[in-house]
Amino acid sequence: MASRVVTIITALIVAGMVLVPVAAVLWRGGGLSGLGPGDWAALRFTIWQAALSALLSVGLAIPVARALARRSFAGRSALIALMGAPFILPVIVAILGLLAVFGGKGLINQLLAPLGLPRLDIYGYHGVILAHVFFNLPLAVRLLLQGWLAIPAERFRLAASLNAPLWRVLELPMLRQLLPGAFAVIFVICLGSFAVALTLGGGPRATTLELAIYQAFRFDFDLGKAATLAGVQLCLGLVAGGVALRFAARDGMGAGLDRQVARWDGAATVSRVMDGVWIAFAASFLLVPLMAVALAGAPGLTDMPGVVWSAAGRSVLLALGATALTLMMALPLLTRAGEAAALLGISVSGLVLGTGAFLLLQPIVRPADVALPVTMLVNALMALPFVLRVLRPSLDSARQDFGRLGAALGLRGWPLWRVVYLPRMRRPLGFAAGLTAALSMGDLGVIMLFADGDSSTLPLQIYRLMGSYQMEAARGAALLLLSLSLGLFWVFDKGGRASADA
Amino acid sequence: MRALPFVAGMMLASAAAAETPVLTVYAPDYFASDWGPGPGIEAAFEAQCGCDLQYKTGELLPRLLLEGANTEADVAIGFNSDITKKARESGLFAAHGLDTSGLTLPIDWADDTFVPFNYSHTAFIYDNTKVETALTSFDDLLNAPDDLRLVIQDPRSSISGLALVLWVQNVYGDKAEEAWSKLAPKIVTVTKGWSESYGMFTDGEADMVLSYTTSPAYHIIAEEDLTKSAAIFDEGHYFMVELAAKLKGTDQSDLADQFMGFVLSREFQSMIPTSNWSFPAALAENEWPEGFQALPMPEKVLFYSEDEAAALRSEAIEAWRRALSQ
Repeated sequence: MASRVVTIITALIVAGMVLVPVAAVLWRGGGLSGLGPGDWAALRFTIWQAALSALLSVGLAIPVARALARRSFAGRSALIALMGAPFILPVIVAILGLLAVFGGKGLINQLLAPLGLPRLDIYGYHGVILAHVFFNLPLAVRLLLQGWLAIPAERFRLAASLNAPLWRVLELPMLRQLLPGAFAVIFVICLGSFAVALTLGGGPRATTLELAIYQAFRFDFDLGKAATLAGVQLCLGLVAGGVALRFAARDGMGAGLDRQVARWDGAATVSRVMDGVWIAFAASFLLVPLMAVALAGAPGLTDMPGVVWSAAGRSVLLALGATALTLMMALPLLTRAGEAAALLGISVSGLVLGTGAFLLLQPIVRPADVALPVTMLVNALMALPFVLRVLRPSLDSARQDFGRLGAALGLRGWPLWRVVYLPRMRRPLGFAAGLTAALSMGDLGVIMLFADGDSSTLPLQIYRLMGSYQMEAARGAALLLLSLSLGLFWVFDKGGRASADA
Repeated sequence: MRALPFVAGMMLASAAAAETPVLTVYAPDYFASDWGPGPGIEAAFEAQCGCDLQYKTGELLPRLLLEGANTEADVAIGFNSDITKKARESGLFAAHGLDTSGLTLPIDWADDTFVPFNYSHTAFIYDNTKVETALTSFDDLLNAPDDLRLVIQDPRSSISGLALVLWVQNVYGDKAEEAWSKLAPKIVTVTKGWSESYGMFTDGEADMVLSYTTSPAYHIIAEEDLTKSAAIFDEGHYFMVELAAKLKGTDQSDLADQFMGFVLSREFQSMIPTSNWSFPAALAENEWPEGFQALPMPEKVLFYSEDEAAALRSEAIEAWRRALSQ
């Protein structure tokens, strides 16, 4: 019973941290305001691009994750670690990296031109989708890969000895369980897209709700409108989350001895080749733009001013703090309702959330004094849905498979977690912690309203450098950010895997 | 969890040094960054005021409006003239009481609240080694071949983007939408802010970028790169000015006045060109750095007062949106 109370309280806190600031903005703005024709167009585009981006990311992730799950090759774990990278890059850096490959003067066009082939024009709706798949495919792959690795080895062995089709008896049920949630998370992330959609979309046709919020806030100072639009975003996120979680099948895989065994399906040449093709596709699609970022950054690394390094230190601390906070909030929330509450965190516009927090805190404290804790908390909130998505399937199956055993042994509360559940969840816990840390490194979040000259984070420094013509140093700083994020991710993820394999 | 107390400790330490009077200056992020004019100005002012100047950065006007009369700010610096109407209507600002006869702006400036400290003009920047004949008018640009790759900023999210639509509005009036339609095929994309656009230009993704007449000065002076030029148009260029104002509710009224006076001083003004990369607002041209003196200047300067800008804004943005959404 006690754990139920903790869950409810945590869910209320999380929902409150999102809803109260939005309400504060709404109250200050004098209530809801109507949407204009431009806003409806933005709403339609926002929903449409988010749905398609999520569908493609998840759809492409299926063969890629499957290939990664059943093949082993040199550099596999490095590839999987690197796959987390697109997600955490500052938007501006990621855009330039993508354009270095897909842009008018990009790599692909340089290859096409001598062959006399028509030029690739990346700007348009297809560009928006491509960019969003670039950001989210890795996340989808990682979420699904977790599912594959969680299928007990005994099941594979049994299926193989019965000569049963693995796809139908094992993989499809697992996917039915995971796909809706993965889709929902990515759909909600894409709802908040702004700079990426606009730049790759080629102009005002690619206007999203977030842009309208920014405009309402920055130029019109129409807080009522900003809050109204943020409310619309929240509803979309909640509906998506609700639908997805409803559709997610909940059949467990049954208990095994809980260890990894190599699979022996997919030995046919065709499936080997196809797996190779999928891995090569994902690796080149994700890694070539990252290489462009790294190459552009290398010359700038040497002449980076000292403030960049201190900002980097601050960002690492922030990331570690946010990771601890997220995991603390996540453990009690590993239920369906908890996951729905957490989706609020990424559904809400960061700008409105920050403004609300500012309004609430400003009468009590100097905003600059709480810039870092607030940023840490917001980063933790933003990472929470991902963490829950990663952890929940493994907790559910641990519950289903070992819950009775635990109960029979009289384990309850924290000891049950410590002895039974947490050890089963080490791999996803490591991954989740790595993801949060990496995400919090990259997130610019709400610091814009709170910051003063002294408490800048690394992403903020990158924007400052870029805004002062220091493109080369900015690229260097972006490479530093990328390396630190990957480093943090790798350390946590490795920690989780090392213990799981032991 | 150990990070939290540590971070709190760090912040306490930074707040500890307080005995001397503090002048709080709100500024845009770029201004106070280590690559902006802020640090130099802070050092120069602290040398004469016996005070501690502290910047608070972020979205300038939204933050002030959110805080209202409770704001800590004594002075705010970095407003753009196209949005000062909203700032003025807030009633948060005090008259500056300064003699502004020393201003060297290309337009007349009489404003008892907002003091200009630098200016520039919107302009399209291009690589002069790749373009044979420079464009000399806006009409030239509209009639340029459609494979000219142009990148601009969104007027709904960027102040330079807003200045561009006002520029087009000023040059083409009722025909603004038509002008945008002609320009549309050349516009590769529209970005949220100036940095994304300029990064695309320096990466070679665009041939021309919407920026400022003063942008080439950065490349010339800081990088000794002479290949970047601003296309100077016969129709004239839209004037962009940045402003400072004193807060009515300041508890450091004398220091704030002193700082406002300092803004127009020679010491402050001579720091502007090579740190803000724009023209100083009150410094004779022969005192500018050489690179700035050599910059081609528009013959004609176009400008809307804040009331005109406020009245025209929605219409100008709509014309832009309709034409580019085709």
